[in-house]
Amino acid sequence: MRDATNPPRSWRETSLAQLTLVRFREFLREPEAVFWTFAFPIILALGLGIAFRNKPADVVVIGVVTGTPAGDSLNARLAHTAGLTVRPMNDSAAARALRTGEIALVAASRADGGIEYRFDDTRPEGRSARFLTDDALQRAAGRTDPVPVSERTVQERGSRYIDFVVPGLLGMNIMGGGIWGLGFAIVEARRKNLLKRLVSTPMPRSHYLASFLLSRFFFLILEIAVVLGSTALLFDVPVRGSLVQLFVVCLMAALAFGGIGLLIASRARTIEGVSGLMNLTMMPMWVLSGVFFSSSNFPAVAQPLIQALPLTATINALRATMLQGAGWQVVAPSLAIIGAWLVVSFIVALRLFRWR
Amino acid sequence: MSSTSSRPALLVSGLRKSYGDVIAVDGLDLIVGAGECFGLLGPNGAGKTTTIEICEGLTEPDAGGVEVLGLRWDTHERDLRERLGIQLQETQLSDKLTVDETVRLFRSFYSRGRDVNEVIDVVQLGEKRTARVGKLSGGQKQRLALACAIVGDPELLFLDEPTTGLDPQSRRQLWDLIVELRASGRSIVLTTHYMDEAQRLCDRVAIVDHGRVIALGSPRELIASLGAEHVVEFIALDAPAGSLDVATLRALDGVTSAREHDGRWTLEVSELARAVPALLAALRERSLTLGELATHSATLEDVFVSLTGRQLRDA
Repeated sequence: MRDATNPPRSWRETSLAQLTLVRFREFLREPEAVFWTFAFPIILALGLGIAFRNKPADVVVIGVVTGTPAGDSLNARLAHTAGLTVRPMNDSAAARALRTGEIALVAASRADGGIEYRFDDTRPEGRSARFLTDDALQRAAGRTDPVPVSERTVQERGSRYIDFVVPGLLGMNIMGGGIWGLGFAIVEARRKNLLKRLVSTPMPRSHYLASFLLSRFFFLILEIAVVLGSTALLFDVPVRGSLVQLFVVCLMAALAFGGIGLLIASRARTIEGVSGLMNLTMMPMWVLSGVFFSSSNFPAVAQPLIQALPLTATINALRATMLQGAGWQVVAPSLAIIGAWLVVSFIVALRLFRWR
Repeated sequence: MSSTSSRPALLVSGLRKSYGDVIAVDGLDLIVGAGECFGLLGPNGAGKTTTIEICEGLTEPDAGGVEVLGLRWDTHERDLRERLGIQLQETQLSDKLTVDETVRLFRSFYSRGRDVNEVIDVVQLGEKRTARVGKLSGGQKQRLALACAIVGDPELLFLDEPTTGLDPQSRRQLWDLIVELRASGRSIVLTTHYMDEAQRLCDRVAIVDHGRVIALGSPRELIASLGAEHVVEFIALDAPAGSLDVATLRALDGVTSAREHDGRWTLEVSELARAVPALLAALRERSLTLGELATHSATLEDVFVSLTGRQLRDA
């Protein structure tokens, strides 16, 4: 029965090619996975792009308490101020509107003839409403500015919110692809006894792990193309630096997150267990690593930790490459951090890995 | 194959394995000859799976030695993996792959082996070649698992509970496949808790309980050790009431007991060759016509009961 004269096999029949094909097939035959990897980041970018689109001029809405002669006069004085939309309302309606964020500030006339501003000074639009309103009232009362000023507004492609958020989304996508992609598939195979079945064959174990990295490599190219292509088309998001550098950053990050995914999946036996570990790993980075807002908003004491996170390094390198057109020397420190995560996570994961 | 026929396919001596306080295997010895189909029969939790997984090089024993095809796991793992076919208990192959893709994947692991299409035909999944694994029935999945085990053209096949949970027809289909594999000269070691399966497939059986072999031999020898019990069942057609009774039948040569239920008689006999002619003579004497006659031997189930005092299925 044993066919001793098997012809030399084509590359397609090698275990590495077959295992990699399995990865492709399992991914592409799971519509949900395809959606979360490719459609979700585009939808998210679209939503954020619309929510934070650059309005012609930011208009602040304020309320004025009317119903008294002083109140009505205040309303009349503010009614035609540029940059302000004024809503006359009674006292309780104004308080409610301020609470729900419908208006940024309430202006009410005081018994002594002065004016009271009620606003939340922790909200940026509360403070700008206070200055705009006060400026309008003081000028209407005859104040003149001692220093003459002029204004020129700048709206540059590359410094809009959408430009800021696209590298963040790309980084987040690479993290999800590595951690979810490896974590779930490996733990699922272990849970189903499939890992044990595979190691009962002569399959080289390195081929099994390499198949994940190879498939991640191919999907990474697609992910980058989809995210950057669609946001370039929809919002004209620029890539100012070199594409090679951008790809190297993405590839290093994909490998590092693949290693972290492998580490998370190295011992877990249940999907529930590994889900918890993955959330525990990714949640802090979603918040701290500057996906949606700059990580410099966090206190200085936390900065060394935040800057050492692999997602922070990835997003910093992506932003520098895409938005500032920075060269290798600028992204080198970030690449060093990503590389350190890559090496350490793989070494530890391969030591801990449980095949049975 | 001829080079291996002189030495045993599997040699196990003094095997011990415990998980915490639970002793799974408690000093187990086995020799499986080349070309033999050998069964480990025992209730769930007897230590069968632990034993077979140690033999498969998947679990480290606490003590004892295993030699597979004359080789040891610590020195010849790679070589052994090429030459063994393994079916684990309850492996779920990927639901999203097709039958063909799954067998092709396993074929890619072996440097030499059988043709993928031929193996799919052997396990009678030719019509399901392009079907997703997730759409297969339990029996079809089990036959696919068998295909993955034989696609490397193994010399020794380990099958852990190959028919557990299958319907009778699927079980018979798998039995036929295993009989064919054995006929092609492969050595087979299988575990089962079905005595009919062991009896039907195995040249020799080790009955395992609490991690030890409590009986070893061919199914026939094991049953013979009980005292050669046979059972005869018959129906006498149009027999008037009272024409046959327990006392008459029990008095027949070789019959040890008799009972009747709905016109069907069951006799336990020690010697079939004497009891059946005596029964036929007694019927002729009374001018009764024999409507149906069946005999069967006592089973391995009875052997297990006599050794442990428990039934296999609820042990």
